[in-house]
Amino acid sequence: MKWETVIGLEVHTQLATQSKIFSGSSTAFGASPNTQASAVDIALPGVLPVLNKGAVECAIKFALAIGATLNRINVFDRKNYFYPDLPKGYQISQLAKPIVEGGVLTFLVPSTGSGQPEERVINLTRAHMEEDAGKSLHEDFQGVTGIDLNRAGTPLLEIVSEPEMRSSAEAVAYARALHTLVTWIGICDGNMQEGSFRVDANVSVRPVGQAEFGTRREIKNLNSFRFLQQAIDYEVRWQIETLEDGGRIEQATVLFDPDTGETRMMRSKEDAHDYRYFPDPDLLPVKLDEDWIESVRAALPELPAAMQLRFQNDFGVSAYDAGLLTGSRALAEYFEAAARACGQGKLVANWVMGELSATLNKAELDIMQSPVSSRQLGALVARIQDGTLSGKLAKQVFEGLWEGAGEVDAIIEARGLKQMSDSGELEKIIDDVLAANQKSVEEFRSGKEKAFNALIGQVMKASKGKANPAQVNDLLKAKLQ
Amino acid sequence: MSDASLSALAAQLVAKQVSSRELAQQYLDRITALNPSLNAFITVDADKTLTEAAAADALIAAGKAGPLTGVPIAHKDIFCTDGWLTTCGSKMLHNFIAPYDAHVIQRFKAAGMPSLGKTNMDEFAMGSSNETSYFGAVKNPWNTAYVPGGSSGGAAACVAARMAPAATGTDTGGSIRQPAALCGITGLKPTYGLVSRFGMIAFASSLDQAGPMAPSAEDCALLLNVMTGFDPNDSTSLEREKEDYTRDLGKPLTGLRVGLPREFFAEGLNNEVAASVEAAVAELKKLGATTVEISLANSKLAIPVYYVLAPAEASSNLSRFDGVRYGYRAPDYANLDDMYCKTRAQGFGAEVKRRIMIGAYVLSHGYYDAYYLQAQKIRRLIANDFTEAFKTCDVILGPTAPGTAFKLGEKSEDPVEMYLNDLYTIPANLAGLPGMSLPCGFDRQGLPIGLQLVGNYFSEAKMLNVAHQYQRATDWHARAPEGLK
Repeated sequence: MKWETVIGLEVHTQLATQSKIFSGSSTAFGASPNTQASAVDIALPGVLPVLNKGAVECAIKFALAIGATLNRINVFDRKNYFYPDLPKGYQISQLAKPIVEGGVLTFLVPSTGSGQPEERVINLTRAHMEEDAGKSLHEDFQGVTGIDLNRAGTPLLEIVSEPEMRSSAEAVAYARALHTLVTWIGICDGNMQEGSFRVDANVSVRPVGQAEFGTRREIKNLNSFRFLQQAIDYEVRWQIETLEDGGRIEQATVLFDPDTGETRMMRSKEDAHDYRYFPDPDLLPVKLDEDWIESVRAALPELPAAMQLRFQNDFGVSAYDAGLLTGSRALAEYFEAAARACGQGKLVANWVMGELSATLNKAELDIMQSPVSSRQLGALVARIQDGTLSGKLAKQVFEGLWEGAGEVDAIIEARGLKQMSDSGELEKIIDDVLAANQKSVEEFRSGKEKAFNALIGQVMKASKGKANPAQVNDLLKAKLQ
Repeated sequence: MSDASLSALAAQLVAKQVSSRELAQQYLDRITALNPSLNAFITVDADKTLTEAAAADALIAAGKAGPLTGVPIAHKDIFCTDGWLTTCGSKMLHNFIAPYDAHVIQRFKAAGMPSLGKTNMDEFAMGSSNETSYFGAVKNPWNTAYVPGGSSGGAAACVAARMAPAATGTDTGGSIRQPAALCGITGLKPTYGLVSRFGMIAFASSLDQAGPMAPSAEDCALLLNVMTGFDPNDSTSLEREKEDYTRDLGKPLTGLRVGLPREFFAEGLNNEVAASVEAAVAELKKLGATTVEISLANSKLAIPVYYVLAPAEASSNLSRFDGVRYGYRAPDYANLDDMYCKTRAQGFGAEVKRRIMIGAYVLSHGYYDAYYLQAQKIRRLIANDFTEAFKTCDVILGPTAPGTAFKLGEKSEDPVEMYLNDLYTIPANLAGLPGMSLPCGFDRQGLPIGLQLVGNYFSEAKMLNVAHQYQRATDWHARAPEGLK
């Protein structure tokens, strides 16, 4: 039987506010346990929540960025359950009237084979504000569990998609695009190691052609794109095998173990809590007035989709390259500055996605930490364009820039990397090479094309790489006629 | 001296006829003498009280005294008070020393009013007799075989017994007004949102409201001036201009339209209470008021609605008492769930557990619509009845409670009988309206009878004047129990 995978994602994005959603405590990561937990965060008797408008503003930004409906009146509910890292015994969340409903996310899914990447448009169900819980520390203590409430009350936006994804690749592409968007509009720092962007995947399978969904299992708390892919792939295989062996899928919540690459059951539907949701009487309904929404809209940066189109139009880059170049706002801004500096968008795009990205990756740096500035890369590309540098020489200049050896022209000068432009000098080198390699000349004349390349290599070597390869090609051809 | 009004005490302080320290000491002495029999206070700390009094004396000496600086006050043990044991009448918090001041406490401190201690109360404010307190029942100063009412029973009893010139209380379904009635004092529950709930241990958040308890309406007006005001720490606190609640005191009642809800004078009302309330109506007429019969048709549903909504909110509000971070934790447990179960089974009393179970039930999957949502709808209907009524009257008058104080133990085995005590007070909480109780007589056994006024939103000043004019014409509020020891 042929099976179809159905995936919907719930993503918890930590909102990039200075203070918590219902208290004034700092949200900074990494402080010693319980040093960022106020009376409100530890739920002392008598304390009350006060909504941080910054969190609401983040949700408004998100809604505007995905073209969603903003509920002008939205309501906080209490989700009741007992756990030691949940100090109030309830989480303040939004159930019946979330702040955001609908909206779409458009992104490209890389092709698995050699084909073109495919565009996908996924509908979002909703996004709602809620507070994070604290952390239970099981490792550091003997026989007891430590509770760190620094994270308790950190604002989250839970973003829920429709179950419209059909493969792990699509799910990862969606998650990446969402990650790009929330960091792009500045509502989330996107730091997945620190838990700022956590993904729950609802996965089910059904026979191809069947209209109803299969029974889903929810994989909780995936904090890397790789784990997301692995977890879904494992889960899909497991579900198909189970069904093909005549088993049944029970609705359940599962955890992914990166060490084994397997998912394992956390709780079944029978163990599911009754959260006894009801509107939080300590908080008034949140009212969004039009002026507020419009002021947030006015402050929104140009969004990735708009920028991709503009890059295609202004710089002639492909849709796929435009997608890569807008992988983050910092990268896009870097590209655009370099492209504007030299007027060579396509060439700059190749450098940004090629040499620059590779070198940054190797050094484990991100674009914002690049030792080569966008202005310098632009200047470098300008020197390629005007013929001063060959691609090969340009790489050497790039190395100089990376090492901080100075500006482009100074490096060319100091290292003598200027491409040979005097054809008289080049002709002399070529003549010497031809004289010294009579065997290759004869081979070429007898029809061995390979010999021509060997001669070019010799010329380049003799010129110490400074010869213009195109010019060498032309001159050699002329002399061998 | 102990019968002096708050304004008289303040005048004596400013005139240096007595110091705040001396005054506080006199009340502390009376507490020492009477508390063993009345059990009105859970915590008394003379050193703290006298230190605060000395600070008040310094303010007075520096000419920086406010209207009530130096006058001591007792606080219900539901208000977190920095450095004081704050128990909420529960074993769950029997060891909880609050690390911060409730907004109400801050305001009384800022007004220079020393705290005389923390008064006894029904556990987590759940009760109408003060018998659910972990620290034992409070006795009614008029007859110690009787309950003082609840949940602010300690507050009402200590004011009635002149152990404190005034006290703070809180009212979720009548917890200021009913004990005020049963102890023969004046108590006011303000419009919801007027007094910040920050630091007041929550019972039912959408109903809880703090208010003043004192012998007279004039005293309550002065206290209300201290207590009210916007607090950014409470999202339900109302942002409005500061009012002087004494501003209307002294206005004649000519033309005042008093609404008499026929449902409040119907079956279930004790005859002596009815007679006293009717006599009070006659008194108000003499003062120039007219009466109009009104109907609050949905108020008969107030008790069932209340016993869905208040427990629902309470079941969630009380979840934080889990033994993890503070308060009581069971000494022996096998694992986390066991710790939760034993801590809460041992730390909460029967009435609190009953309400948590009711609350969890009405919020649970499959029952929410039938109970919680339905109750919210009826709550709106009850509020609408009041809105209609206030088109034809300025203030609503009726009994505070269906009867006078009952004997200790008399109703404690029958929750429903106990709940009926709040029949007349709950509607104002559901609607968020201000209400007050003032003494209007005594029954044959010498137990006080309370009269309730319910005003429109923010009409506290007007309501207080109605009570004040009545108190100028009568002396029920000035009577104090005699022969206490």
